[in-house]
Amino acid sequence: MPGELAEPTGVLAGVDPADGGFAYAPSRESTDLVAIQDRYGLWIGGEEVEALSGRTITTTNPATEEPLAEVAEAGPEDVDLAVAAARRAYEDGWRDLPGRERAKVLYRVARQLQERARELAVLETLDGGKPIKESRDIDVPLAAAHFFHHAGWADKLEWAFANRTPSPLGVVGQVIPWNFPLLMAAWKLAPALATGNTVVLKPAETTPLTALLLAEVLAEAEVPPGVVNIVTGGGATGASLVSHPGLDKVAFTGSTTVGRQIQESLAGTRTRLTLELGGKAANIVYEDAAVDQAVEGVVNGIFFNQGHVCCAGSRLLVQESVAELFLDKLRRRIATLRVGDPLDKNTDVGAINSAEQLGRITSLVEAGVEEGGERWQPACALPEKGWWFPPTVFTGVSQSSRIAREEVFGPVLAVLTFRTPEEAVAKANNTPYGLSAGVWSEKGSKVLWTAERLQAGVVWANTFNKLDPTSPFGGYKESGFGREGGLHGLASYVSLGRR
Amino acid sequence: MLAEIEHPDPGPTRLAVGGPVAADGPRSVDGRVLRVPAVDAVGLEERAAALGGRSVKREAKLGALSLLIRCIDLTTLEGADTPGRVQGMCAKARRPEPADRTVPPVAAVCVYPSLVPVAREALVGSGVKVASVAGAFPSGQSELSVRLADISSAVAAGADEIDIVLNRGAFLAGDHRRAFDEVVLAREACGPAHLKVILETGELGTYDQVRKASTLAMAAGADFIKTSTGKVPSAATLPMALCMAEAIRDFADQTGRQVGLKAAGGVRTAKQGWQYLVVIQEVLGPAWLTPDLFRVGASGLLNDVLLQLRFQASGHYARPDDVSTD
Repeated sequence: MPGELAEPTGVLAGVDPADGGFAYAPSRESTDLVAIQDRYGLWIGGEEVEALSGRTITTTNPATEEPLAEVAEAGPEDVDLAVAAARRAYEDGWRDLPGRERAKVLYRVARQLQERARELAVLETLDGGKPIKESRDIDVPLAAAHFFHHAGWADKLEWAFANRTPSPLGVVGQVIPWNFPLLMAAWKLAPALATGNTVVLKPAETTPLTALLLAEVLAEAEVPPGVVNIVTGGGATGASLVSHPGLDKVAFTGSTTVGRQIQESLAGTRTRLTLELGGKAANIVYEDAAVDQAVEGVVNGIFFNQGHVCCAGSRLLVQESVAELFLDKLRRRIATLRVGDPLDKNTDVGAINSAEQLGRITSLVEAGVEEGGERWQPACALPEKGWWFPPTVFTGVSQSSRIAREEVFGPVLAVLTFRTPEEAVAKANNTPYGLSAGVWSEKGSKVLWTAERLQAGVVWANTFNKLDPTSPFGGYKESGFGREGGLHGLASYVSLGRR
Repeated sequence: MLAEIEHPDPGPTRLAVGGPVAADGPRSVDGRVLRVPAVDAVGLEERAAALGGRSVKREAKLGALSLLIRCIDLTTLEGADTPGRVQGMCAKARRPEPADRTVPPVAAVCVYPSLVPVAREALVGSGVKVASVAGAFPSGQSELSVRLADISSAVAAGADEIDIVLNRGAFLAGDHRRAFDEVVLAREACGPAHLKVILETGELGTYDQVRKASTLAMAAGADFIKTSTGKVPSAATLPMALCMAEAIRDFADQTGRQVGLKAAGGVRTAKQGWQYLVVIQEVLGPAWLTPDLFRVGASGLLNDVLLQLRFQASGHYARPDDVSTD
């Protein structure tokens, strides 16, 4: 044996023997790869330009409350320029580019997203507060997958719509939320570009940075100038974009309140509209479910991305016969969630996206307590700086309470029980929303019986929050209309003529 | 959640081959019905992958590596095993890193019954346990009396721990009662020795069966349930260990008895090793992170752990030939 370890101390001297558990050492993803500019302009006509408005907004790291950058706030005159640039790009070539050429561009975007995946993931986590393992394993790979998928469609549109002639709509205004900033940009851009439209995209006020990095990626992938324009800003910028008369279509993902305003403003115009709005999804757990995996599914359903998910399984409907056992297992599982530094690879639940959102969550939770719900939270130490909310479970919730009806958009689960499948379906559907739902049972016929009766755009069976570019996603009732992903999503970006 | 194993009546049971079943041991479960929920393969494997993705670094890694060594059943189970080979392995078990006294001994040495006396002698005063496979390992396809005699003689020869196989023939034929009763008898034959029951998960076909076999073995008195013999192509996997850990947790909830988990076969790298520790820690809780309740049966794992420790100490990777291969 070699003698280099012969020193009296030894490698395990003083090491905690780990009997009785070991604490994970901090395992922080490095931020060296990411260069954040102090100031960002708008991305119009293929270049970064100063906003005519002269105004800026500050984007902040929600985990530390430290400002990350100053970002231009586009005014109406900036939106005018962006729409005009998109119109020029549409008429000067993108519209008439053969599908196979558009496909090449989109494939390049997809590959470049993969190439810069780590950088994008770190930036997403810095700007939005979501755990690095989610931005790394879900947001960025799925964003690339959306470009790959739609690149594949670009030269096959004639076959996508049998006996119809698809043609692009023109210039599309897209407004996306802060919960999946890059992924939502990909969801919106990929189908629009594949079908020959040009775009003005407005990222969310609190999370503009990955969209601005995406602009760089698009340029590297040789997306022609003006095909994608990015105007940053808050609600006012969004309002001037969606009401711009130069648009042929508006696509919005966000709250139902704003969606309703947009629909009002577009009523009577020829501008097409798709809306992907809020949700209050039910996760129905039958007594014959695979209980440990159902617990995982419920945890994933509500705590994925701190519950900032429109399709989050925010209502647990558990069959009364197993409710006690299930909730016991659920609480124990939740107690193992690691809440904290989003850049740590072992973090399960990150920071709340903004102080404003934290306030909204806090006030709804208070309302839940006032209405007699029983609040449970695991013992978990939250960082001192930043915006945080612990995983929360409400039991003793009635179907009428606010916590069971309103979208919290945070890590808060409302638990209700049911006795029969009919009651489960009735309770699940008794909501103004209808975006998603989950069914947990080992009995296939019962899963299908239930799924057929659920008024939700997506129903997951024995899983939850599974998103895929080939699968249409969208809502019933106040969760909006139109679909994203799959053939249905593609159809939202073409007009179909008769052959 | 509907499938359940009826726990046997508290009264005495008799097997066709004879022999009363002890009134203690598994009967302490007070006749309650034990839950055997269904297992969803997709969800289980996702959870295992998520746990396998935990990042174990620096001081956490050192602690984990130290614990791993202390949980290893250093194993040789070959027809060609000789006293010389077992003695060499025992020396390694006592002092895995002779030049570094902070590196602890392993938990046990695991051998065939005929080599128990050799291991016993080589390990005197070391605190390292002697484990013996027994009961017509690895198939279990011998008459019950022969299997029980195999166990008794290994214990008489000085084995502290006995690793037997579940009667998969009976289990897969649906004769759960027979599989159960045989474990009860094996537990009795073990006397003071600890009993580990190998499910041979690679032969059970589904996670549902693994979950059922886990509960059956625990109810019958197993001190440990173990994944595999290492003699079939599909050995320990993280999802299998997770499935068994969930069964152990439910069993402890219902009966108050803590049963150990042993992963065996296919665990070759330190990283795989700490992934099992993560599963134990997050599913069963830190109380299970002790050699009394977790083991990993392996031959090559120890050396990879030692190489990792050297890397932690020196900052560069040692060559495989820098550690001994006995």
